[in-house]
Parts: sequence; C-alpha cells; structure tokens
Amino acid sequence: MTSLKKLLLGEQGLVVIFAVAFAVVALTVPNFLTERNMLGLLQSVVTIGIVACTMMFCLASRDFDLSVGSTVAFSGMIAVMASNASGSIVVGLVAALLCGGAVGFVNGLVIARFRINALITTLATMQIVRGFALIASDGRAVGINDPGFYQLALSKFLGIPTPIWVMAIFFIVFGFVLNRTVFGKNTLAIGGNPEASRLAGVDVSSMRIWIFALQGLVCAVAGVLLASRITSGQPNAATGLELSVISACVLGGVSLAGGRAAMTGVIVGVLIMGIAENVMNLLNIQAFYQYVVRGLILLLAVLLDNLRSAAAGRRG
Amino acid sequence: MQDFLEFRAISKGYPGVQALADVSFSVKKGAVHGLMGENGAGKSTLIRVLSGDQSADTGDILIDGKPQRYRSVRDAFEAGVIVIHQELQLVPELTVAENLWLGRFPGKAGVIDRTRLTGVVKEKLAEIGIAIDPAAKVASLSIGERQMVEIAKAVMADARVIALDEPTSSLSSRESEILFALIDRLRAQGKVILYVSHRLDEIFRLCDSLTVLRDGKLAAHHPDISEVTRDQIIAEMVGREISNIWGFRPRERGAVRLEVRDLAGRKLRTPISFSVRQGEILGFFGLIGAGRSEMARLVYGADSRSQGTVSVDGKAVTPDSPPQSIRSGIVLCPEDRKSDGIVQGRNIEENMAISSRRHFSPFGLLQPKKEAELAERFIAKLRVRTPSRKQDIVNLSGGNQQKVILGRWLSEQGVKVLIIDEPTRGIDVGAKSEIYEILYELAGQGMAIVVISSELPEVMGITDRIMVMCEGKVAANIERADFDERRILAAALPDVAPDGANASELPNQQVQSR
Repeated sequence: MTSLKKLLLGEQGLVVIFAVAFAVVALTVPNFLTERNMLGLLQSVVTIGIVACTMMFCLASRDFDLSVGSTVAFSGMIAVMASNASGSIVVGLVAALLCGGAVGFVNGLVIARFRINALITTLATMQIVRGFALIASDGRAVGINDPGFYQLALSKFLGIPTPIWVMAIFFIVFGFVLNRTVFGKNTLAIGGNPEASRLAGVDVSSMRIWIFALQGLVCAVAGVLLASRITSGQPNAATGLELSVISACVLGGVSLAGGRAAMTGVIVGVLIMGIAENVMNLLNIQAFYQYVVRGLILLLAVLLDNLRSAAAGRRG
Repeated sequence: MQDFLEFRAISKGYPGVQALADVSFSVKKGAVHGLMGENGAGKSTLIRVLSGDQSADTGDILIDGKPQRYRSVRDAFEAGVIVIHQELQLVPELTVAENLWLGRFPGKAGVIDRTRLTGVVKEKLAEIGIAIDPAAKVASLSIGERQMVEIAKAVMADARVIALDEPTSSLSSRESEILFALIDRLRAQGKVILYVSHRLDEIFRLCDSLTVLRDGKLAAHHPDISEVTRDQIIAEMVGREISNIWGFRPRERGAVRLEVRDLAGRKLRTPISFSVRQGEILGFFGLIGAGRSEMARLVYGADSRSQGTVSVDGKAVTPDSPPQSIRSGIVLCPEDRKSDGIVQGRNIEENMAISSRRHFSPFGLLQPKKEAELAERFIAKLRVRTPSRKQDIVNLSGGNQQKVILGRWLSEQGVKVLIIDEPTRGIDVGAKSEIYEILYELAGQGMAIVVISSELPEVMGITDRIMVMCEGKVAANIERADFDERRILAAALPDVAPDGANASELPNQQVQSR
C-alpha cells in the first residue's frame, strides 16, 4: 500500500479527508470562513448532530432507528402545546422529554422483548408518531405563546448560540459514554456478537431498551430546540431526518453491521453533511441538486468504508 | 509416478507473523497427501496460497512441472486447482445439477437446456459413485451430501488438484466412510488430493504421504506414510514428546456444590437431575443431539426452564438468566466459540473484562488500568499466545480464544461451578493439555466442573465421573473406577443393549466424529 492510501484508509482517514475538504472549501468559496457563516453552519447541523449521538449507539448495537424524524417533530409539538396550555416552559420541556422517551422506550420494548426487527418496528412507529403529531395539531403549525421559549434557540453564551453548546456537550457526553463506560462497551459488544454478549452476562434486552429510550429522549431535546428555532411546533418538521442522521453516522465510520463506532467519526460525518449543504447554499446551487449531492456523499462514504474494512482485513 | 504438485520455498508473512517460511514439498500424481499441524502452524495459509486466495511473498507452486502464476481463485480454478473449504460454497435454493453448472449453464440464448443440465450431472455423479439425485435441492441434503456435491463440482470442472480442509469435521462416521470411498476413487483416477485434518485415524486410513507443518515451517515430510507412527507425528506437530496428554490426578471431593433437580425445558423434555461436588470434574458424554449442550444451557439459564431447580451450595438460582447464574457462581464456556463465545471485533482485554468489569467499575465508569492489569494477569496465567492484549480476538487460534473465555470467567469473583462445553474442539494437542491443567487446578481449588465432550478418550481421560446421555435422557452414571469404553459407548448409542453386547462391533470412530 502506498502511504497516501494508508493515510486515507487508516483510522484517521476520514479526519484527513475532512481537513483537506475544509481547507479547499475555505480557500475557494467566498464568505465560507466567516464567523457568521461558521455559526450558521453549526446551527444548521444541530438537529442532526444531537440525534446522531444516540443513533451511533443504535447502529453500534446492530440496531436501527427510523422513527427519529417523527419523534423530533412530535416532541417539539408537545413542548409547544404543553407550554402554551400550562403557561410554563418547564412543563413543556418535561412533557416533551417524557413523550420522546416514551416513544423510544416502546421501540426498545417491542424490539427487545418481542424480538421484532428494528427496521420494521421503527418504520411503524415512524408513521404512528408522525400521525400523533398531525392529530395533536390538526395538521397545522402551532405558534409559541411565550417569547421566553424562543430564547432557548436565540440565547448566546460567549457569543455562541445555546443550541451549538448543547450539541457540543452532547458530543462530549456521548463520546465519554461510548469509550469510558460499561454501557458503551456493552453496546459495542452487543454489536460485535449479541449471543456471545448475552452468554457473557450482558443483559442484552434491557441494554437495547435503554439505547432506544435514550434515543427518544435525545430526539426530544433536538425537537425542543428545533421548535424554538422555527418559533412553532410543526407537525411536518424534520422529515427525512433519519436518513441524514444515519448518513452522517455511516460517513463517520459507524458500521451498519454493528460493533464499530467512534464519536470523532460521527462529529466529522455531521460536519461534512453540514458543509456540503452550506457550500451549495453559498454557491447558490438550487436546493434540488442538494439531494443528489447528499446521496452521492453517502455512496462515497460507504465505498470508503468498504475499502477501509478490506484494508483492515488484509492487515489482520 | 512423478511429482505432480510441488511447493517450492513458499514464504508468506503477515504483519507480526511469518505464517509460512520456506516451505517445500511435493506430491505425486494419484496420491492422497495429508497436511497436518497444530492450529496456527500454517496449514490454512498454505491452502489459501494454493487456492489463489492469497499470493505467496516468495516461492512457486508447480503443477505438472510448470510454475503457476495465478493471482486469483479464478486463475487457480483455470489451472485445475480447487479447494473445498469447511464452509461450503453451494446455493441452497438451487438443485444439485444447477449448482454443478452454476456460472456456465448449458443452453442457447439464455434458455437452459434442462435435459443436458441433469443428464450430464447424472453421468458424472455415477462415474464417481455419488448416489445423489441431481434434481434435489441442496437445502434438502445433509452436510455430508453437500460435501459430495462440492467434490462433484470440482470433478465437473476437471480439477487436477483437490484440497480438502477438514472435510469430516461435521460429518457422521457413516458419511465420513462414504467420503473416504469417494476420495479413494478420485485417487484411482489420478487426481492429487491434499487432505487437511486433525484426525490421525483419517490420515492413516486415507493418505499415501504426509507433510507436517509447525510454526510455519516444514516440520517433516513423509513420502511414505507406512513408515511413520502416530506418536512420531504428534511429536513432530508439537515439537516435543507428549507422553500423557491427560495428566489426570485424583483430588479430594467435598460437599455438593451444584445441585440440579428435575430440570427441563423446551429442547430437553425429560427432566434431568444430578449433582456435582466441590473439586469434582463431572463429564457428560453422548452423541451429537443427545441433549448435553441443551442441558448445559438450561443449567446456565441461557435457555429458559419449564420446570426444575438449580442450586449452588444449597441456594437456589432464580430467575434463570445468565446474569443471575454468574452472580450465583455458575459460568459457561459455550460449545460454539465463534457464535456464542467470542465477541468479534473486540480485543482480548475487552473479551476478558466483559463480565467481571462490573465489580471494579463504579457507576459504570471504566477503569482502563484495572482492565489492563486483569488482561495481563490472565494472559500470563493462562499462557495466551498473543503479541498484545489489544489484539482482536478473531486473530487468535482456537486454543487461545478458549483461554480468553476461561480468563473471562476466572476474573469473575466467586465462580463455584464451571460448565465447559467441548473444551478442546478444534484445539491443537499442545493447548489441549494446558487447558486440562487449568481445569485440574480449578477443581483443586474446590470448583465443581462439568465437562461436556464428544471425544470419549477426553472424557475418560480427565473426569472423575461420567454421565452418559442418550436421546435427551441420562443413560448411565459411571465412576472413574468403573470407566469402560465399551460400557460408556453402549449407553450412549440408542437401540443397543446396555450390557454392551453389540458395542464391541461398533468402531470407535462412531462416537468420536461429530
């Protein structure tokens, strides 16, 4: 193997590619490397970034969650409606977290206890929960009454908007959970070999329930921030989010076959998705083309992953 | 007859390992040549190089005097070299005939000529004496029959060199005999057969010549197998004389540790009861499907019980789940290490600490230092051969994987009952005796040990007592003083009177092969 190939297919290959791409874009695209644009870029990936944290756990344990987009919309809707009804933002937040967590818990329960394929289960809940969001709002956007709610997304700390901080904290926390806790190691072990993990004393079914419940909870956080940013609960918000999130994870080297995941990879994956979109916006490329580009990026990522596993196989 | 297949100074290295170093030997036309060696000796690598799956770093393979320069399995196939792996390469949903023609169906314009399809196959199968219906779906065949189809495929492709990698590992003794007869016919047709096996009986039954590899080097080459003895081959494989691989020593037996009463489940309908004392090694022997592994999984809580109790030191183990069993001091080393034992893609350290880390991880926070210490301790204690504790467990040999799983349980606190299912399956002679030593040591410390094995010499060699199972029931319970091969076999075989009247006529192999 040439050294270039080694670099690209090695552990840090993605980071290298990202760094190169970032440098190229920064030098060639006008207005890209400005504070304003950088913050805008980061804000645009907050939802994907937050949800990717737990999607990483889901994928690492050989599962799959398609219901995240619906859960984000539903919990955002609940947050707005509950805070409007009660006049308390805190009540709204708690209600959203409870609902998001409940969706995830039900997903986990059905998948782990009744042994139904995760893809099918979450495909079902994705539709059911989207239905809930539409029913609750009668299909219309629900405006936020209390201006305090906007502050969740608008407030800044050290000049950086709160949602970006939240995303950064989630990255750190879930990176720590993955690498430094029994929970993280068990997640990877389940992905590596579920039956062997079970026989080694890992409580696989409760782990799966936890992972899905956590995923629901995190979706609720993303949903609240999204609702605050778009100043309303939208029943059709975050459609197709699941695909962007899974793309970002796969781009970041998380294996769909389970057992392999890294937080840095996922962060880079999220940023690549964000940069691609941002650059196309800056270059005034029509939004329709963005779908094509996103799809191409995903294909390239999977191809790269394939080459990387093949290289790792040869080394092993 | 001249040399037909020749390996000339083959070397092949992987990072950190020299898998093959300067291996040279040759095989004559119309010969069955045995290839033996411990796991990790380089047999698989040699086969891979021969099959074109991997290329050698240096050296040549000559067929009929001509050096081969193939770079892929396809090239090797064209050159007439076909390797039949343990995992068979057939499409289950297609018929035998379709599988044999796969990739080059006879016919015109994409329409398959059905008559030729089955006709030619029928002829070929008859020619090499395989009695399988060409129209049968492969999915409906037994493993042994599928192996025949695989060989027929090689014959159809006019293979000149056929390599078989442990072909009998999942065959019954009758199927093995049919396979041997087929190999004899191929030999008569002038094919070169390379036969990889761990089983000395088979090597002596089949092979004309033999090569032994050790640590990637040629340990011995015997052009005429009739000039070697078993002991000599074993010595060549391990590089030292092993006088008594069992090394059994009697121990004190204490109070009852494990008590199983009327235990039954979905896969083991007849309730089973037994007990094991402190320091006792209890063997479970029986044919495949006799219910031994099912019993083990029930005791461990891997499958759920429909009735009965399991207790350790008088305390009942409930509910029946692996975590509860571990807490109560029962652990299981499963039969199928690959699917139930090791966690692929994770390193040795993580595979060892997976269960015991809960004792030293406050609030679920990992303690990398403690895990490293633990791994180093058990790598040293169990003599796991590995460059580092960070090695992916997949890269270890079977014996070393088994040691890692033992390490997983030894690092648990307060293990009282160790159930070990097929402790040495697929493990080479040297590592076997090491594993036995570990079992004796644990029993010596008061652990109750349950060993399940399909190898009669092994169960008789290392246990204090044997329970024989047959068709889901306990057929006999025999103390070491009364161990008698015929009696044990007779109890294990269905439809044979327990007095052993017919047992003497049964070949030993019936039970040893799986």
